Amino acid sequence: MSKPKTHRFDTLSLHAGARPDPATGARATPIYQTASFVFPDSDHAAALFNMERAGHVYSRISNPTVAVLEERVAALEGGVGAIGTASGQAALHLAISTLLGAGSHIVASRSLYGGSHNLLDYTLPRFGIETTFVDPRSIDAWRAAVRPNTRLFFGETLGNPGLDVLDIPNVAQLAHEHGLPLLVDSTFTTPWLMRPFDHGADLVFHSATKFLSGHGVVIGGVLVDSGRFDWDNGAARGKFPTLTEPYRGFHDMVFSEESTTAAFLLRARREGVRDFGACMAPFTAFQILQGIETLPLRMQRHVDNTRKVVAFLAAHPFVSAVGYPELPGHPDHALAKVLLPRGCGAVFSFNLRGTRAQGRKFIESLNLFSHLANVGDAKSLVIHPASTTHFRMSAEDLVKAGITEGTIRLSIGLEDPDDLIEDLSRALYAAGKI
Amino acid sequence: MRIDMHGTECYAYTGSRPLDAGKPAIVFVHGAANDHSVWALQSRYFAHHGFNVLAVDLPEHGRSGGAALTTVEEIADWIPRVLDATGVAQAAVVGHSLGSLATLACAERHADRVTKVALLGPAVPMLVSDELLAAALADDHVAYELIDGWSYSAAKQLGGNAMPGMWMIGNAMRLMERTRPGVLHADLLACQSYANGLTAAAAVRCPVLAILGARDLMTPAKGAQALLAALADIRTVTLTDTGHAMMAEQPDAVLDALRAFL
Repeated sequence: MSKPKTHRFDTLSLHAGARPDPATGARATPIYQTASFVFPDSDHAAALFNMERAGHVYSRISNPTVAVLEERVAALEGGVGAIGTASGQAALHLAISTLLGAGSHIVASRSLYGGSHNLLDYTLPRFGIETTFVDPRSIDAWRAAVRPNTRLFFGETLGNPGLDVLDIPNVAQLAHEHGLPLLVDSTFTTPWLMRPFDHGADLVFHSATKFLSGHGVVIGGVLVDSGRFDWDNGAARGKFPTLTEPYRGFHDMVFSEESTTAAFLLRARREGVRDFGACMAPFTAFQILQGIETLPLRMQRHVDNTRKVVAFLAAHPFVSAVGYPELPGHPDHALAKVLLPRGCGAVFSFNLRGTRAQGRKFIESLNLFSHLANVGDAKSLVIHPASTTHFRMSAEDLVKAGITEGTIRLSIGLEDPDDLIEDLSRALYAAGKI
Repeated sequence: MRIDMHGTECYAYTGSRPLDAGKPAIVFVHGAANDHSVWALQSRYFAHHGFNVLAVDLPEHGRSGGAALTTVEEIADWIPRVLDATGVAQAAVVGHSLGSLATLACAERHADRVTKVALLGPAVPMLVSDELLAAALADDHVAYELIDGWSYSAAKQLGGNAMPGMWMIGNAMRLMERTRPGVLHADLLACQSYANGLTAAAAVRCPVLAILGARDLMTPAKGAQALLAALADIRTVTLTDTGHAMMAEQPDAVLDALRAFL
């Protein structure tokens, strides 16, 4: 026998999880816009409810269109499965609520998306879950923050907004030494730039609103399980009773016995999605699937354009700093070369020399860049983090996160890069005149 | 459930149900580098429909301790020991791949303990490629890649899992990656070296069900024909467009075939 052919990333981007519709022959994945699914008979219904047969019952729990997206992202990430959620925030909440309860603790990078920071710092403590935020570059800080009740490490592949590159191999190793999983927000990189599971991460989630979709027309999230973390052995033994002890909410099922590799996903779907209900709509899944079909092509263009814009800004006299890990001066330049050889994404920040008023003038002078709170669109975007995405953070926390009053965040789209540079050039000139 | 096998702890999935002396029993036996979880849907169904289920982890697989058993006959003799340890007099035995050979041998060697057998993906002889054996001997990840590539039909290499959201290719890989060093090679050698298949088949008198995958590259359906011809009481279900990993590829079809038989 010769070595079997396994499908590569670009092929999986188009096909994983999907097949021509068996009922109609439709080549595109149909939108199964239905709340529920007819049972052939009572025994079949009972078997579906009790996880004795595979299939769909109710679209809050699972849906055929959403399932195609879930399989596709799992395939691209190299995981065992995934769950589509109403948003990236819902995916983060699903991960945490599946593993943690009151009295438990998270160690998280302090360079997080503002929404994630809100959840961890302000909201979860109300439910008895505390978080210690650490400098993601300091392994010693991660280690020092671990408590007996710590149950999760969490960071972003590229920290927001300073693009700290998470040292996944070392952070994951430390987490595993303590019997803890590492959850990674991979929104900025997508699996085309980096597959965190290949470096030791255990769980990954995306705001699929961003690069996975690319079109900026939906809100959605995806939570993926590597299937590698052993919830019931070694240093993890006894730390994750939601997965390793009988669950009264599902006929005393012990999820880690039910599935050796996918206990986390079973519990997340059978409890988290069922009870919290932050499911993905089938039309949303369909639109994200359309985006993923071109993910490899788009990400290459995003990175190519970003490199040109970064080079322009880095040489501009009105710009004091550009934070992009491919630049030699970035603190994570060497690590980025190892973990992100295809590029460091298309979202980055730079600092203007000048006043807050000049920053405002710069943003308002842009024509092609849209001033809004999103990233990862095919169209180029701009925002002022200190007054928008991170405005709830204290001045001290802003500094820790690498944000100043003059920090501007760009998300570079797929336009002609020369047009983007001309737009930036005009706006910088306008800002410099006041 | 944890089972004390004379000082060695072994594990069998029971569908989270206690064993009931009044119910018939089914033992599920997995294949190389796998564990009980490959039977998740089917075993859970029977556990909740009138049967005692023992979906075992073979020694040194999954949650079971001990050393991997190195011949099909050793596995066949281990199955009644599981029955002894759990107080089960007789059981139907269902096996996949390596487990199908052990099931066949168990029915021959322990006819008084076995009521029926179901053989999923059987072949006699069960040949293993030199390339795969060499990779397994070296504990090279390539061995898992070869198995993953050969175990799923071409269509399923792109997914389409009946279990919502699960990527079966990745799931199979992660399960195999948990295999302890040397175990896959021991399993494959057990398959390769089992030479008694046709003799055992001729001696089996209980009803036998064979479930074959028409697209099985690991144990092609034609490799089971001599075995089927040698069995006295045999019925065969061939699943179209299905590879070796039939419990994952066609979970309902496998379950329905087993329900009709058991």
